[in-house]
Amino acid sequence: MIEVKNISKTFTVPQVVRALRNVSYRVDKGEVVVIIGPSGSGKSTFLRCLNRLEYADEGHILIDGVDVLDPKTDINAVRTEVGMVFQSFNLFPHKTVLENVTLAQTVVRRRSRKDAEDKAHALLTKVGISDKAGVYPSQLSGGQQQRVAIARALAMDPKVMLFDEPTSALDPEMVGEVLDVMKTLAKDGMTMVVVSHEMGFAREVADRVVFMDEGAIVEDGTPEQVFDHPENPRTQAFLSQIL
Amino acid sequence: MNTNSGLQPKRDRRYLATWSTVFVLLVLSVVGALYYATLKVDYVWRWYRVPQYFFYQDNVEIKSEQQGEVARIETKGDQALVVVKGDDGTTQTYQVPAKGLRVDEGDAIYPGDVLGSYKQWKVGILLQGLWITLKVSMLSIVLGIILGLLTGLARLSHNPAFRWSAITYIEIIRGSPLLVQIFIWYFVVGTLINTILTKQNLPVVPPFWFGVASLTVFSGAYIAEIVRAGIQSIHAGQVEAARSLGMTSAQAMRHVVLPQALRRIMPPLAGQFISLIKDSSLLGIIAIRELTKATREVVTTSLQPFELWFICAVLYLILTFSLSMVVQYMERRTVLT
Repeated sequence: MIEVKNISKTFTVPQVVRALRNVSYRVDKGEVVVIIGPSGSGKSTFLRCLNRLEYADEGHILIDGVDVLDPKTDINAVRTEVGMVFQSFNLFPHKTVLENVTLAQTVVRRRSRKDAEDKAHALLTKVGISDKAGVYPSQLSGGQQQRVAIARALAMDPKVMLFDEPTSALDPEMVGEVLDVMKTLAKDGMTMVVVSHEMGFAREVADRVVFMDEGAIVEDGTPEQVFDHPENPRTQAFLSQIL
Repeated sequence: MNTNSGLQPKRDRRYLATWSTVFVLLVLSVVGALYYATLKVDYVWRWYRVPQYFFYQDNVEIKSEQQGEVARIETKGDQALVVVKGDDGTTQTYQVPAKGLRVDEGDAIYPGDVLGSYKQWKVGILLQGLWITLKVSMLSIVLGIILGLLTGLARLSHNPAFRWSAITYIEIIRGSPLLVQIFIWYFVVGTLINTILTKQNLPVVPPFWFGVASLTVFSGAYIAEIVRAGIQSIHAGQVEAARSLGMTSAQAMRHVVLPQALRRIMPPLAGQFISLIKDSSLLGIIAIRELTKATREVVTTSLQPFELWFICAVLYLILTFSLSMVVQYMERRTVLT
């Protein structure tokens, strides 16, 4: 489903940072991969490279066989197949919850208003906030906003979902409701790549856990392997700090 | 409006009463001082002369076009039909209000003789000037928004041709005086265009449109910078969210960024529009009879400069104040609940 071959990314502004160093990885259909690692390890950059929110400097990224880094690729078509959920939700504040979920459907997928709204209502029910369709994002709690953001991404019928620290900006009591939605998604067979610090979630849901440090994948395995028997000393050090 | 009233100590009622009194006294003393000064120079205030420059009664005279005599007068209600029989044998009929009739049957008539007259209310020169000011300002605001929006977008474009065109335009316009720009529009561009049109036997463009062009181009540059600041103030995450859903950058701009940016730039835009209305007072120099030029003309004929310049200022205030009320209303309506 996702095949990453030797990508590198260097930021030059504000200073030169080698965010990714020759990273290769492969995610199969239906797999849930959780990426962990210290801040600045390149995990968010890696995730953002997958749908080209960051343009990787070199290498190849194949999503469903399409090379994202090929300038001839219609990146917008790829992005409709790759849903993304952000740490800070990034809901459209000038649109109601319903409009947030229908906007891209009507503009990008060219669905009729009615189809888009039916789909939106179904998804809002799925994430448990069907009663908030008419309100604006600012009237929702963080957890509710993030669930709307998930519904918004799902509305495009993506084949892959990317989660960039989806619970890091939430108050502790709201983390659970967002993780529950993600667990349901995983159970339904969605291919997911999740950058997260939620070790419990990783242990329960992930097929594989990846530990990144200094722009490279240091350790990769099942949750049991990585959490219980980490081989790399850097993984061991990281896990001993947070667990 | 205090941005953080929590920082202020509690004020009692006496504090408010004292300082409002000080304010009222300040205003009154300024007005009083001005009035006292006008008394000192023996200025005679004649406010009763002002209304005629808004509305006045015009005397309309109906004149005969031929020589002869009044054959007969038929009265129908308050209208009278005057039948003039010419010396050459033809007859002509004139309709005259019965009250203003000035001839009798049998009167000898020469061409240009007044058969009757009536009074008619007409719009005075100040109101005409106000209307021109309003028209030129509104046109320039609408066109300026369009120009400013396009320039603002071009300014943010990655395409060097667009970006540099926008920067050049903005810098030239913001760096030169509006008065000079108006002269260039009228005496350079205007001369060129109208000479070419004349050579093609086409009608010339009146000064009004060069006035509109100069104000549009002038305000467009400032609006472009406001639009740019508004777009840049929208969090990058908004564009990322829109793009991650598969929208093109144009779709993201139109559906996500611009609606939010326009809402945010409403107050500075209102300020720009108010400036534009005031700047339109310069257009008098290219023979557009807007409010300021109209006032100047009235002052020359009436010799009542004090009253008229105050009236002129008040009329501008009415325009700008109503505009800022409209914008405030729109702002309140679009603010998220």
